[in-house]
Amino acid sequence: MRNFADLIRKLDSTTKTTLKVKALAKFFENASDEDRVWTIAILSHRRPPRPVNTTLLRKWASELSNIPLWLFEESYHIVGDLAETIALVIPNTESHSDKSLSEYLSEMIALKAEDDDFKKTYVTDHWRQLNYYERFVFTKLITGGFRIGVSQKLMTRALSQTTGIDEDILAYKLMGKWDPNTISFEDLVLKEKASDFLSKPYPFYLAYGLETAAADLGAIEDWSIEHKWDGIRSQTIIREDHLFVWSRGEELVTDKYPEFHPFATEIPNGTVLDGEILPFPDKAIGTFKDLQTRIGRKTLSKALLEKTPVILKVYDLLEWKGDDLRQQPFVKRRAILKDLMSSLSSKDLPIYLSEIVECQSWDEVAKERDRAREMRSEGLMIKRKDSTYQVGRKKGDWWKWKTDPLTIDAVLTYAMRGHGRRSNLFTDYTFALWNANGEELVTFAKAYSGLTDAEFRKVDAWIKKNTIERFGPVRSVTPKLVFEIAFEGIAKSSRHKSGYATRFPRILRWRQDKKIEEANSLQDLETLIPV
Amino acid sequence: MTKPLLVFNKNGIFCEQANVYLDPWYPVDRAIISHGHADHSRYGHRKYITHHTNVLIIKHRLGPINVTGKAYNETFVINNVKFSLHPAGHIIGSSQIRVEYRGEVWVFTGDYKLEDDGVAVPFEAVKCHSFITECTFGLPAFKWTLQSKVFEDINHWWATNKEDNQTSVLFGYSLGKAQRLLKYLNTDIGKIYTHGAIENMTEVIRPMVDFPETTRITKETTKKDLLGNIVLAPPSAHGSTWIRKMVPYVTASASGWMAFRGARRRRAVDKGFVLSDHCDWQELLTAIEATGAEKIICTHGYTEIFSRYLREQGYDARTESTQFEGESSESETKEEVDKAS
Repeated sequence: MRNFADLIRKLDSTTKTTLKVKALAKFFENASDEDRVWTIAILSHRRPPRPVNTTLLRKWASELSNIPLWLFEESYHIVGDLAETIALVIPNTESHSDKSLSEYLSEMIALKAEDDDFKKTYVTDHWRQLNYYERFVFTKLITGGFRIGVSQKLMTRALSQTTGIDEDILAYKLMGKWDPNTISFEDLVLKEKASDFLSKPYPFYLAYGLETAAADLGAIEDWSIEHKWDGIRSQTIIREDHLFVWSRGEELVTDKYPEFHPFATEIPNGTVLDGEILPFPDKAIGTFKDLQTRIGRKTLSKALLEKTPVILKVYDLLEWKGDDLRQQPFVKRRAILKDLMSSLSSKDLPIYLSEIVECQSWDEVAKERDRAREMRSEGLMIKRKDSTYQVGRKKGDWWKWKTDPLTIDAVLTYAMRGHGRRSNLFTDYTFALWNANGEELVTFAKAYSGLTDAEFRKVDAWIKKNTIERFGPVRSVTPKLVFEIAFEGIAKSSRHKSGYATRFPRILRWRQDKKIEEANSLQDLETLIPV
Repeated sequence: MTKPLLVFNKNGIFCEQANVYLDPWYPVDRAIISHGHADHSRYGHRKYITHHTNVLIIKHRLGPINVTGKAYNETFVINNVKFSLHPAGHIIGSSQIRVEYRGEVWVFTGDYKLEDDGVAVPFEAVKCHSFITECTFGLPAFKWTLQSKVFEDINHWWATNKEDNQTSVLFGYSLGKAQRLLKYLNTDIGKIYTHGAIENMTEVIRPMVDFPETTRITKETTKKDLLGNIVLAPPSAHGSTWIRKMVPYVTASASGWMAFRGARRRRAVDKGFVLSDHCDWQELLTAIEATGAEKIICTHGYTEIFSRYLREQGYDARTESTQFEGESSESETKEEVDKAS
């Protein structure tokens, strides 16, 4: 634990990527195999189930630090991280722990089954005995969500430096489902086993947003254009009569989409498809909001499956007849994909090809982009015809050219403190629009991003001086500031007070030139809904 | 009911009986000033009264002003109201202001801390009935470490950076924090370079305190001169073009806010040292108890939370809003820093 806490302290002490990787690589070099596996698991968000609920943690922390619970809660709102708050309020000691990280995790897994008295003794004894950083890490392991400014990519890079294994191969090995409690470092990282590869997806290739004029990409003949679908990016694998559906978050979601289960027998073995899961109510592509009714649902009712079925819109073929096609040019992969799709056409499967849009000029591309909302897409994908299928987000060969967002001017009405690097700053805002008679402001969206740090500081200071009422971490503020809010889509919603749900709302800019009377109304919002 | 001895009005904390303001934020006739930070000592008052040491500081900051110096514990009477200044331990020349009229005693802390930092005269508790206190860090999440330990860490950080062939850039406010840092930097490791705003302020204070030698950074200073040495700079120099001269460098900030990981990340400094010239949670409680006061008025900081806690402890505590800003923007104005770059 001492070494792991020391690693976290080092990662905390620098903003430079190279130094973070160096610290991680050094840790991996010296750590035991068990600690290595657990570190990989934690930094790739595979934590064990939470052994103690946070209500109890708060209660015990306030008792141990001899402060009332409300004061602990207020401190938590301000610090913005529960484990950090606990580490800060509990009386300090300088002592270390000799137990290893993996010993702690085994104890925490066992702890889940114990009664509350036992849990309390275990947790509070450790709080008393560990120094600040170890206490913070210990508590973070309990509360989970280890976000400390180290992406999985950095972790993989460090592991690659330590083991000498290629970074892309490591990324591939670490994907998917594995249990840190049972797997060995040898099995997870070092050894190659054929059976492991049955369900294993390939790392996704992600596109960057277009930064220049599309015409600057060069000759249109070199590029392939298709729509950018607004669903869940997924990889669908058919191997040895088994079907595996992965989401981009490297989550196995096969069970959530029973519509796809016939693929296991109807699509040839040794096939891996890259495509988008899209809602398909009334035999047409729906909105992302339709899809949300399917996401996160543990049990799928028959009614829901009938109301909101899904389809797979495929755009790439990564494996064919068991061969990895990723080094083949895009057009070649597409040609095989097209053949595959026509062989399936008679079978009435919920799988469709993402059509290539033939364009003779960049002007035609721009015109097609204008049709995006009508096509229920987010814009266009522009892929170089001879591009290989790369790993992760890479510039150069694939670009996304999204439609311009919808925008509206809204009034800031509520604010909440942020988390992480924005803790103690009011950065999470609620915005309102005028109702029909222009007398009342109605909440329509929340947004957390889009301002610069300097602007956030300014707005934060303003909020502190213009608070009307406090509701826990939330403050209502005098309606005075107007912001231009951008969003990707809008749909009617009975669950929202305004009657509308917006997709990915964010702040475009602070309209310091506008008074609240000049903000938009709900009717203005309604005119933005596509027919 | 008689009128309170001190009231909060639009200009600041006002003693009507003496027609005097304490640290007013708009121009007034007569102002008693607790210390030299910009949010407490502002432009435009006709007469200033402050501690002898702070006279030099605010003259440097505000230019030619009409100012009278007083010693600590020296009583001066204005229209039957007895005033005196007492060490606040916040920065050099900082005072608490004691106000007494017809047996009733009020104390206004300005800003303060209890730990003896070796530069400022240490805080002395003053008995009073009503205590007007800052509570910049009035949350139980704030617990300072002894400064000897913090300076060990800072010097260790500098030495490590030097081994890695990097220049260390340490941010601290040009009045107060910078001199406190300067005092304990270990010159066996290397040379101390200063940003102009810090050097100017240190020149004013140097006759009163024994500081190590410093070198002002000028246009002629080269990267090679700086390499492996330490640079003291005001926080607003972070991200400026001025700092490019230091490449390759590592940054650190010394402030109470560095207790929060989020604050460290937000400021994008590599390292945060938790070092404040304000009281932490326990120091505030200790100081309040030592005054024997029953009435507590919380001015800047986590006022609502802190006063609610005090009320639960049996104090008659309330909040007043002021224009003091605590550790967020203290001491220098942006123009002062820009001018000295």
